[in-house]
Amino acid sequence: MRVMAQMAMVMNLDKCIGCHTCSVTCKQAWTNRSGTEYVWFNNVETRPGQGYPRTYQDQDTWQGGWTLTKRGRLKLKAGGRLKNLATIFASPKMPSMSDYYEPWTYDYESLTTAPAQQHTPVARPKSLLSGKDMNISWSANWDDNLAGSTEIVPGDPVLAKVSDKVKLEFEQTFMFYLPRICEHCLNPACAASCPSGAIYKREEDGIVLVDQDACRGWRKCVTGCPYKKVYFNHRTGKAEKCTFCFPRIEVGLPTVCAETCVGRLRYIGLVLYDADRVLAAASVPDEKDLLRAQRDCFLDPHDPEVVRAAEAAGIAHDWVLAAQRSPIWSLINDYEVALPLHPEYRTMPMVWYIPPLSPVVDVVAETGEDAEDPGNLFAAIDTLRIPVEYLAELFTAGDPVPVTNVLRRLAAMRSYMREINMGREPEESVATAVGMTGADIRGMYRLLALAKYDERYVIPPTHAEQAHGLEELATECSLDYDGGPGMGGSGPFGEGSGSQTPLAVENFAALKSRQRSDFGTDPSDKAARVNLLNWDGNGSPSGLFPERRDSNEPADGEKRS
Amino acid sequence: MTTLLWVIVPYVALAIFVVGHIWRYRYDKFGWTTRSSQLYEDRLLRWGSPLFHFGILFVFLGHVMGLVIPKNWTDAIGMSEELYHFLAIAVGGIAGFCTLVGLVLLIYRRRTTGPVFRATTRMDKAMYVALALVIALGLWNTVAGGVLNLGGHYNYRTGVSEWWRSIFYLQPKPELMAQAPLGFQLHAMTAMALFAMWPFTRLVHVFSVPLFYLWRPYVVYRSRSDRLGSRSQPRGWDRVDSPRR
Repeated sequence: MRVMAQMAMVMNLDKCIGCHTCSVTCKQAWTNRSGTEYVWFNNVETRPGQGYPRTYQDQDTWQGGWTLTKRGRLKLKAGGRLKNLATIFASPKMPSMSDYYEPWTYDYESLTTAPAQQHTPVARPKSLLSGKDMNISWSANWDDNLAGSTEIVPGDPVLAKVSDKVKLEFEQTFMFYLPRICEHCLNPACAASCPSGAIYKREEDGIVLVDQDACRGWRKCVTGCPYKKVYFNHRTGKAEKCTFCFPRIEVGLPTVCAETCVGRLRYIGLVLYDADRVLAAASVPDEKDLLRAQRDCFLDPHDPEVVRAAEAAGIAHDWVLAAQRSPIWSLINDYEVALPLHPEYRTMPMVWYIPPLSPVVDVVAETGEDAEDPGNLFAAIDTLRIPVEYLAELFTAGDPVPVTNVLRRLAAMRSYMREINMGREPEESVATAVGMTGADIRGMYRLLALAKYDERYVIPPTHAEQAHGLEELATECSLDYDGGPGMGGSGPFGEGSGSQTPLAVENFAALKSRQRSDFGTDPSDKAARVNLLNWDGNGSPSGLFPERRDSNEPADGEKRS
Repeated sequence: MTTLLWVIVPYVALAIFVVGHIWRYRYDKFGWTTRSSQLYEDRLLRWGSPLFHFGILFVFLGHVMGLVIPKNWTDAIGMSEELYHFLAIAVGGIAGFCTLVGLVLLIYRRRTTGPVFRATTRMDKAMYVALALVIALGLWNTVAGGVLNLGGHYNYRTGVSEWWRSIFYLQPKPELMAQAPLGFQLHAMTAMALFAMWPFTRLVHVFSVPLFYLWRPYVVYRSRSDRLGSRSQPRGWDRVDSPRR
């Protein structure tokens, strides 16, 4: 047993309203630069739909992820090492710009410089690649909320796998949102495809990162990742991907996408797993066994033997405690409601999803029946093959049983809690029907519905002995480095060349107190505040003390000096 | 003049080549990339790039064979002059031709595809000129000297090659180059120019050939603890348990 810790995420799709706040804040934080205009570390897809980039789930075309050889060995779908190297000069299976979209801006200047004229001046769209006028015909969320669904939805590769009858009905009946970030897989195909070895998995928390100094722009990771979550920065010629906001995670803060999630549907926590079992789990012959195989890789953090092994493996005690409190572990193992996205890619993804029950509830409600009655809901889950088949293609390699079980548990929770809300005695039989107890249901309800900040995010910060690596956060100006702001973004060899830029995040304690405080932050005295760290102890700079009031105007409740 | 062209210039160029690469690697690891433009356009690239790259790999091997391996070594293993000549002309000619076709395709693509042209730096343009000249002159020497037999027969293995090796023995023999045909002289001179600009262009990616990929484990793990933060450790903040790096 080789215990490793993995920072993981679960998203509760029932609560996603498709507002794209996560995408926007992520973009502002990470990819608001030239060269990454089309890069969405976090995106929200409407399902059914083609996703981003278009039809990325069609691995017959894009060749992402792993596959099994005839002898049952795991192999990159795009080809082994030799083939990978031989095709290095022109990557054969790489999405082109048109599969993402051509980024553009608007010629805003024409609005201010246009002469007086009869018609309102127009800001034309200009391509950010060629600088020419362009027609906008596609973008990252072109099919948002099933826009253009009769033309676009049939191109959904997941829909192509479900049966024809289901396909027809689906378009008219169901819609939900799928927010996606990098999966930070246990068996990452992007890292395995990287000829330079620049993509690595961090030993401490399993976050998968690209070493920007080691990346040579071979583009193999873009092909390798079946989720197409590694992007090529076309200005710097380097691969970039979701970082799981590691500078925030290191100080115990949730990722930007999770922090800003309006629906509070994201959960972040640790999972302990046995690294020795990963290869075998990823190579099980039947795709439908992959979900169980991956679950079997996880280690119970409450098991004393696991705790001992974890500490022997150098995992700090507070990390083990955090793993015991982890919402991810609860959702995957205790409540068994979280499922991985496309386990059939065999990368052992670590961002899991709670499939949405709401499509089923909506259908029952439309019929006029009681949509919270357990009998009605259970019957609907069993008879409505449509959402179950589709969800199964997304989360269980097509096996409907685990999806049905999850939906039944969610339905049971809904009915059970309704009874409590109505002031009636909840029926234990509802809980036992889905293999749970009333206490389990209430615990799951607390985690899923109340979703307290502290319970959603159980993130142990990195250790004090490493703290000085983070010193720049509090005690130095984060812009204080060679060629800092004002020095211009480009070195002599093109975009972003030259020495590196340090990372910085908001001070942990300051942010935490701001977020937890009962009062809104009053920014009015911001300019007058003094940074005590810069004060040399001599004199009293303005702002050190509250402004002295006029002596003949007594200040009530305030100490006179 | 002979000394300047065939002793001083080569040493200067090679020195820039070596020192330049070291400097570039230390100063600009982030800029050390292929700067692929496949995302912008891949229809022409799909043909042009492999043609050029595989072509130039064989051309490189040919140069190793012709320049580095002395004639008496191939004689020693019983390779006749005719066989060597045939190999050099056939393989070199085909590889050179593929390289040239690939290069023309790539330059055409670079010039005509808007986004690719916009992503082309001045250094790229200068490098393309030098590279095209070197390849064209090299191919001309092969074709003119080997096939068309213009200007009589010249055995570069007893001329250019010995001069090239003499540079590395630190006993340069410039007179050998001075006697070489003009085509070879120009080829060597433009190659020196290319070597001198090499470290400052995207050509540095040649030294990133990822052969290590064939042996390394698929998934790379790295520990955060051996490199804390994103900047080097400030003085006075050394960790207790490790010597300063």
